Amino acid sequence: MRFQLTGEQKALRAAVRGVVGRWSGAGRWGLVAQFPAPLIDRGFWGALGELGVFSLRLPEVDGGAGLGLPEAVLVFEELGWALVPGPLVATHLAAGVVPGAATGETVVAAADGSLVEWLDEADVVLPGAEGAVALRSVDPLTPLHRVPAAARTDPVAVLLTAAEQLGTAARVCALAVQHARTREQFGQAIGGFQAVKHLCARSLVRVEVARAAVYAAAVTGDAVDIAAARLLADEAALRGARDCLQVHGGMGFTWESEVHLHLKRAWVRARRGGGDTESEEVLAADLLAQAG
Amino acid sequence: MDLSYTAEEDEFRARLREWLGKVLPTLPAKPSPDDWPGRRAYDCGWQRMLYDAGYGHVHWDASPTTRLIFLEETEKAGAPYVGANFVGLLHAGPTIAAEGTPEQRERWLPPVLRGDEVWCQGFSEPDAGSDLASLRTRALRDGDDYVVSGSKIWTSHAEVADWCELLVRTDPAAPKHRGISWLAMPMSAAGITVRPLRTLAGSAEFAEVFLDEVRVPVGNRVGDENDGWRVTMVTLSFERGTAFVGEVVACRRVLGELAVEARRNGRWDDPGIRRQLGRLNAEFRALWRLTQWNVSEAEASGGVPGVGGSVFKLRYSHARQELYDAAADVLGPDSLDLERPWVLDRLSSLSYTIAAGTSQIQQNIVAERILGLPKGR
Ligand SMILES: Cc1cc2nc3c(=O)[nH]c(=O)nc-3n(C[C@H](O)[C@H](O)[C@H](O)COP(=O)(O)OP(=O)(O)OC[C@H]3O[C@@H](n4cnc5c(N)ncnc54)[C@H](O)[C@@H]3O)c2cc1C
Repeated sequence: MRFQLTGEQKALRAAVRGVVGRWSGAGRWGLVAQFPAPLIDRGFWGALGELGVFSLRLPEVDGGAGLGLPEAVLVFEELGWALVPGPLVATHLAAGVVPGAATGETVVAAADGSLVEWLDEADVVLPGAEGAVALRSVDPLTPLHRVPAAARTDPVAVLLTAAEQLGTAARVCALAVQHARTREQFGQAIGGFQAVKHLCARSLVRVEVARAAVYAAAVTGDAVDIAAARLLADEAALRGARDCLQVHGGMGFTWESEVHLHLKRAWVRARRGGGDTESEEVLAADLLAQAG
Repeated sequence: MDLSYTAEEDEFRARLREWLGKVLPTLPAKPSPDDWPGRRAYDCGWQRMLYDAGYGHVHWDASPTTRLIFLEETEKAGAPYVGANFVGLLHAGPTIAAEGTPEQRERWLPPVLRGDEVWCQGFSEPDAGSDLASLRTRALRDGDDYVVSGSKIWTSHAEVADWCELLVRTDPAAPKHRGISWLAMPMSAAGITVRPLRTLAGSAEFAEVFLDEVRVPVGNRVGDENDGWRVTMVTLSFERGTAFVGEVVACRRVLGELAVEARRNGRWDDPGIRRQLGRLNAEFRALWRLTQWNVSEAEASGGVPGVGGSVFKLRYSHARQELYDAAADVLGPDSLDLERPWVLDRLSSLSYTIAAGTSQIQQNIVAERILGLPKGR
């Protein structure tokens, strides 16, 4: 048992971090200004395609990298960390099914539960979006439509969403720690105050537990492991983002600070795949199944 | 990332499983939780059986993964817990193995492994709990002995212990972290009085220990004089790092039993209860994965576990309390009956966020040593 990242996995993570880091660091938060109708940056979408974000798990004969879920999870964790907008999971799952999805030429959205993200910007919507009604999305970087019929969710979509949540959880923990180290009140860094310190420590504990669950689910691919990963990753992202906002004080409540964007995105993702109720029921049923 | 085991590890697991299947049915009935001499005899008897079968050393010499398999299999099979041997096997022993001289290792380790000698931990004092380094028990050098006076508290199973890993102040003038030494004190020495304390669970699990001019040979000091704080950090990293592995497996078993009980008594139809049990399933699965992650990390780096143990301990101690609170929800009014299963466990779970360093102290450790936040004053 070597439940640690391999050298190749670390290299993959670093490569993705480099590309999305350059993008998110290059003032692309300007997208927020386009509210209420954000656009997908097609050039960047193509760059993600080139990087292999969508084609990662396609066999090499079909132009993919022939990698597995563990690698996909590492990539989606990075996308979550950098708050990359767009129907990333839907397009990834459409690679090899919808022409152009694998390379990032085609943007694919999907009905998940009773919501569709990025309907108007997408080239293809799976399985379809009859009767879709636009919502005024709480997340300024994710346009949403409601659809009448609830679609069934692929466990892989749930897992990749959990990976994105993990990325968010790690990011908001890092943002909170960074702020706690530098912001001074009462003549000292606020991170020296135990009330603040403990918020940060609990945030890290949630990240570490969620990470173990998400990575393990990627290795086993087991539906019950995936349900567990989603619950822990949702908790780590949602709770972590709130605590991060608290650590930032008034600055955290301003539109200019990026903290609210992480929280809102985490809320959107937490609604995918039937939400936590479905995962809890899967895990409850598993207890009885194990007991026989 | 890989969760599969090597052929050798699989073979170890299969052999162990077979052996457990053979010997567990031959064990005598478990003594009552209050009968400490009985529990000592029972726990040491089990340790002796492990030793004779070649498993006595597994906590120390085996690779972290082999140890994980050992703890997983023994717990799954319902084998006895380390119990009275907890301190000796899980932290005093490993500390002596890491820090002791060859003579000290020869003197103290084999009897622990054979289940002949039981250890207790004399760290906390009435005025030095979380602030352990402020301890005051004095040790004055007199020839080849230290003469020790003071008192210790919350000393688990002191009544039945042969040895105590004792922290004493050997230099009262030095800054508080610098004047401490780590001693092995024989519990049979003159001047020791043990006064059992009842826990909120009703048993005499720990005690107050009064030390009145107790003579401890200087040769019983592990590590250098006044270097005891460093040795203590080694002990605490074992205590927090690896001591709870088997318990996570046990919690997963209890959770399954709770689900079966809920189905039997109809509480399963309550979606609130069902979903809570589902959530706990996620929690303990994740804690098991974190254990596997930490073990793999230890396997890669080797040696003493790091502060990552605090991350695990923080989450686990709360999860364990939630588990037994959920048990109370499943039991309903029966949760108030001490005769029912899980009720005593619920009471003892209350200590997990206190013993071996409180949650507040663990959060300080995580924030300061992992996240690099400023030290508190
Ligand atoms: C079942 C059990 C078994 C034990 N067995 C042993 C044993 O075998 N040997 C042994 O030596 N000890 C043992 N202990 C003692 C245990 O290690 C201490 O109880 C523990 O370290 C806390 O110390 P304290 O009880 O003095 O509480 P205190 O230190 O007085 O703490 C009281 C409260 O104040 C909080 N607090 C204290 N300092 C801070 C701070 N800096 N920041 C924030 N909050 C703070 C604590 O978190 C806690 O909530 C045992 C305890 C229990 C419950």
